[in-house]
Amino acid sequence: MYSEKVLDHFKNPRNVGEIEDADGVGTVGNPVCGDMMSIYIKVKDDRIDDVKFKTFGCGAAIATTSMTTELAKGKTLDEAMKITRQDVADELGGLPPVKMHCSNLAADALHEAVKDYRKKKGEA
Amino acid sequence: METYMDHAAARPVDLRVLEAMKPHFSESYGNPASFYSKGFEALKALNEARRQVASLIGAQDSEIVFTSGATESNNLAVIGAAQRYRKRGTRVVISEIEHISVINISKELTRQGYEVKNAPVDSEGIVDLEQLRELVNDDTVLVSIMAANGEIGTVQPIEQAAKIAHDHGALFHTDATAAVGQIPLDVSMGFDFMTLSSNDIYGPKGVGAVYVKKGLRLKPHMIGGGQEGGLRSGSENIPGIVGMGKAAELIGDEMGEEAKRLAVLRDKLIEGVLKAIPESYLNGHPTERLPNNANIRFSYIEGEAILLSLSDLGISVSSGSACVAKTLEPSHVLRALGLKHEEAHGSLVFTLGKSNREENVEYVIQSLPGVVKRLRAMSPLTPKELM
Repeated sequence: MYSEKVLDHFKNPRNVGEIEDADGVGTVGNPVCGDMMSIYIKVKDDRIDDVKFKTFGCGAAIATTSMTTELAKGKTLDEAMKITRQDVADELGGLPPVKMHCSNLAADALHEAVKDYRKKKGEA
Repeated sequence: METYMDHAAARPVDLRVLEAMKPHFSESYGNPASFYSKGFEALKALNEARRQVASLIGAQDSEIVFTSGATESNNLAVIGAAQRYRKRGTRVVISEIEHISVINISKELTRQGYEVKNAPVDSEGIVDLEQLRELVNDDTVLVSIMAANGEIGTVQPIEQAAKIAHDHGALFHTDATAAVGQIPLDVSMGFDFMTLSSNDIYGPKGVGAVYVKKGLRLKPHMIGGGQEGGLRSGSENIPGIVGMGKAAELIGDEMGEEAKRLAVLRDKLIEGVLKAIPESYLNGHPTERLPNNANIRFSYIEGEAILLSLSDLGISVSSGSACVAKTLEPSHVLRALGLKHEEAHGSLVFTLGKSNREENVEYVIQSLPGVVKRLRAMSPLTPKELM
């Protein structure tokens, strides 16, 4: 079963929502597997100034995305790129082994959002 | 409000059953094979339980074999019949929506050289008899179709299925685990073998039975002292068997009224939920379903997240989502209905039982919309107009 911290993030997820004029958006997973998460970031002075998420999925999927946004907020983009799935799981007090692979994708969504921002900026 | 609606997963033992079992732990603890009074007592209890179970399904006492539960019964009946009668043929036909034990047994039979065919179901979960007829040929040794599906509640046309099997000289097994005690079942409907579970009729866990029609045999898997007519060796679990016998007697007396009561609650639940929540749909057949089963799916959200949220409100239900399955695959039953993965992920299974009252149903109807709304608000799949 889930740790207290996972249940807390599932019940009271931090930073739920969308950012309409996001600087970067990352989406990973797909509804067929049962997990899909989108992370939206606003960037200011190379730091993640604001971050929000939306997740379709199980308790672990929601909790890991919530935790990822918490870890990312205020970090520089380079720091955000270094946040790993394992960091997210550790911060949550661990995840059931079966959930480590299928539901713990939020760090990837964050990385995609940063890449999206950098790509847009590079093109601009 | 404490609301337990997962009776397909586990049921409480009826207290009258528990009372009947109690003396058989530390007082009347004999072995029915022994030649002294404690042994005779145990043998008498065993015989009485056999009579009670037989009576529930219109069988003769000698046609009941006690096992450790429905999974063992399915193993004994399906593998045991296929092996014992292999000379009659090597094709085994099951339905796509059999219990996972029968599905995995059929895979084992494939490994043993049998040719397994899966009869499809229609979009409401009823076995397609025309397709079944085409799959059953003269090389078919056994057809196994469940009496009713515990997850989507569909009641199967097993009399016709049995006839199709017999027309080709094949034997017919039905897994009646989910159906027994809910709908009337009698071996005269054409069963050669039948699986029964104790816990599903409010008896103790760890006990089940197989009906084996007189004159037929099975290849046993538990080899030993030859108990249960040689089909299931091992000193009998007398307390458990006594419990199953008592449970069978009680359910036989009470199922008619209880089924009517539950069907009313079921319909109220289905109607209430579908009305209260947009984009919610009933899985299974609208009328050909077990009186205690409601299976409803909700678009854009995932079942485990719904279960966790409901658990906080004291509501215990189940889901066909991959996230609650060991296999990480959504329910094979929902997939067989033609549902997409993402549709199957958002399903909830309610199985009602004795403890459920109208107020429990009302509580679920009141609680569910908020839970669904919260999760939909978090989901990237939810269309704007539903937020």
